[in-house]
Amino acid sequence: MLGDGILKGMAETARNFFGSFVSDERLTTVEYPEQRIPTVEAARVFPFLVYDGANWEAGMRCVACQICEKECPPKCIYIEKSADKKPDFVGKQQFYPTRFDIDVSVCMSCQICVEVCPFEAIKMDTQFELATEDRFGGLLYDRKELSRSNEYYHSIHPTEAGEVDARLAEEKAKVEARAKAAAEAAAAKAAAAANPTQLAGGGS
Amino acid sequence: MNAVFYILAALTLAGGLATVLLKQLVHCALAVTVAFAGLALLFLQLDAQFAGFAQILVYIGAVAILIVFAILLTRGSELPKDGVFSKTWFLGLVIAAAVFAVLGWAVLASVSAVPQQNAVPSVTVRDIGIALVGRYVLPLEIVALLLTAATIGAVIVAMHEKERPR
Amino acid sequence: MIATPEATNPFFVNLDQIFVFLSNWLVGFLPAVLRPVAGVVLGVVAIVCVFPGLFALTTVFERKGLGRIQNRIGPNRVGPYGLFQPVADGIKSLTKEDIVPLRANAVVHFLAPLVLVVTVFMGFAVLPMGRNMVLVDMDAGLLFFFAMGAATELSVFMAGWSSRNKYSLLGAMRAVAQMISYEVVLLLSSVAVVMITGSLSLPKIVAAQNQYTGVFPHWYIFTPWGLAGFLMYAIAATAETNRSPFDLPEGESELVAGYHTEYSGFKFALFFLGEYLAMFSISGLGTTLFLGGWSAPFSFLVWVPSWFWFFGKVMLSIFVFIWMRGTLPRLRQDQLMNFAWKFVLPFTLLNLLVTALWRFMGEGWARWMVCTVILVAAYVVMGRVEMRSEHFGRRSYRYAE
Ligand code: SF4
Ligand code: SF4
Repeated sequence: MLGDGILKGMAETARNFFGSFVSDERLTTVEYPEQRIPTVEAARVFPFLVYDGANWEAGMRCVACQICEKECPPKCIYIEKSADKKPDFVGKQQFYPTRFDIDVSVCMSCQICVEVCPFEAIKMDTQFELATEDRFGGLLYDRKELSRSNEYYHSIHPTEAGEVDARLAEEKAKVEARAKAAAEAAAAKAAAAANPTQLAGGGS
Repeated sequence: MNAVFYILAALTLAGGLATVLLKQLVHCALAVTVAFAGLALLFLQLDAQFAGFAQILVYIGAVAILIVFAILLTRGSELPKDGVFSKTWFLGLVIAAAVFAVLGWAVLASVSAVPQQNAVPSVTVRDIGIALVGRYVLPLEIVALLLTAATIGAVIVAMHEKERPR
Repeated sequence: MIATPEATNPFFVNLDQIFVFLSNWLVGFLPAVLRPVAGVVLGVVAIVCVFPGLFALTTVFERKGLGRIQNRIGPNRVGPYGLFQPVADGIKSLTKEDIVPLRANAVVHFLAPLVLVVTVFMGFAVLPMGRNMVLVDMDAGLLFFFAMGAATELSVFMAGWSSRNKYSLLGAMRAVAQMISYEVVLLLSSVAVVMITGSLSLPKIVAAQNQYTGVFPHWYIFTPWGLAGFLMYAIAATAETNRSPFDLPEGESELVAGYHTEYSGFKFALFFLGEYLAMFSISGLGTTLFLGGWSAPFSFLVWVPSWFWFFGKVMLSIFVFIWMRGTLPRLRQDQLMNFAWKFVLPFTLLNLLVTALWRFMGEGWARWMVCTVILVAAYVVMGRVEMRSEHFGRRSYRYAE
């Protein structure tokens, strides 16, 4: 009959209305500033720079290769390369950024900078309460504001950070092994040069 | 009483004048609404509640809206390029003057025809209803028939319009 | 009426008439010449204060109620339980910039919200809000109410047209078309009451319903024609006030906000106010016509002040409005028009005939039987026919399936 659908609908909404007073699990609202739900691990907001160790300046992984600057679609990264070099995590001498700015009012959280960085130096943050009163300067983050420790990275993206650490350790091990092999070879060579008879004797 | 009458009359006349003098058509339609409202208030001032409210209901609620719709659906509310004055303004003037003369004559004639009453007759809505279905039932029915015919005609026009594009 | 002990208790009688006494007392301070005028002014002031107050409360309760219907909490930030939300909203809309589009027709654009609010307020003048609590007891009160209702249509058109915005204009055209269509129904369903009462005066209509058989009142909704008339009236009232499911004139999914798209700040607040006031006044009229106005629902409750019943019934209807808004999806324009002209209007006309039958069949159970059978049969048959016709049947989607 005409109108029974309406009555059914009205009954349903009435059930919701009264049900929401009785059962709490009907209410899905999270009352945000007081109540929070933990962010999911894959959440991403804006990029940050990872550093190892305690000193952000010394431990910064970024080598100012400027790949991210070139790849960033809205061009919100600005990098100035240093004149001198500092050792990176394996001890190799590398350039470092004297200036690294990201304008987060322009950044579109696409994560492309993260994808292209060959040095695992830039990652996505989950911090989203970034409101500021200064809409120009306040949203232009410099090198210092951008750097976060590796521990922080572990705390927000544990799985990903674990993988990254494993990869870096592997690389470091490889480099060290190569260095050791090279050093051994060099030592052997040197030893051979210094003491040919012993080597010949040993070889015979 | 006189002061109120003059204010209302001025309002009505201003509305009427604005209707014919304003250039923008929709403004004219709104001005004619003011004139209607003034007329309704005049009726009310004469203690003719039914006529006054019916005037508002029918003229402001329906006729004004009809005019406005007609304007919007036909020619748009933009100003015409070649002025707003019709070429046959002289004829219009003559007709308007003739209508005014006839109405004026009727009003003036009725003053002497109707016996002057000192007490204002109190006419309730009920009396009007009884008169309508009693003494004036034939005109009422004729009007009803006419309106029904007009409605059916409108429906047929609309139906025809709908079938053509198929 | 059964005179219960409470009904004659002077305390309750005084409570019932408290506002009347208050007004008389206040007016009593003035010289006698000014008294009639002052009484009216006082009444106007009361209406102008009470109903916007109710409007403020309704907005917050509507939002909370809708929230609950959708299993949300609703506003609860401003003040205890969010009760001061309307204050915050009011401050916001008062301090907002008032934007008038450059090419808008400034005068008409300015006048439209004023005309709306003024005409809507006028409607309250004839509503009896309690025993002896009517501002103007007019012989043709009902007609006055509808005349004012008709004038609001013009303000909607003015708003839409003067904004020079296609959405506004489309919204206004829709609104006016819808209001005219349903205004016919609104009028015709009220005519049934006038036919039975024989009066256009609203206090008389309430007085006719303020009688009891046993404990039950003689409200018109408890008669077959009254129930049918009330349903049609409710449908038409929902459409008149542009409430969901008939809120196409403001269908935000297609028209931004309809005729008040180009309004901001205080003028928008006026439109908002006008809309809710229209809802109150039309609920008030429905209450007066079908739900017995200020009369108590049971004869043993007549000691409760009459104004309490009137406002209680109005708020109940508002609650139903909100409930419907939370339930029903918006209609399509053609569905709306078809529903008005092919179902609601014929049914209302039939109801007029049934009412005449009821009037002339005399007392007795026979008229109950006959009228109920006719109306129910008509409802079922028309429902079937309409549901089967292409306009109301299951919608077929050309692309979505
Ligand atoms: S997330 Fe995208 S937009 Fe933001 S800095 Fe990285 S590359 Fe640029
Ligand atoms: S963040 Fe990565 S890609 Fe960007 S400059 Fe530094 S090392 Fe290169």
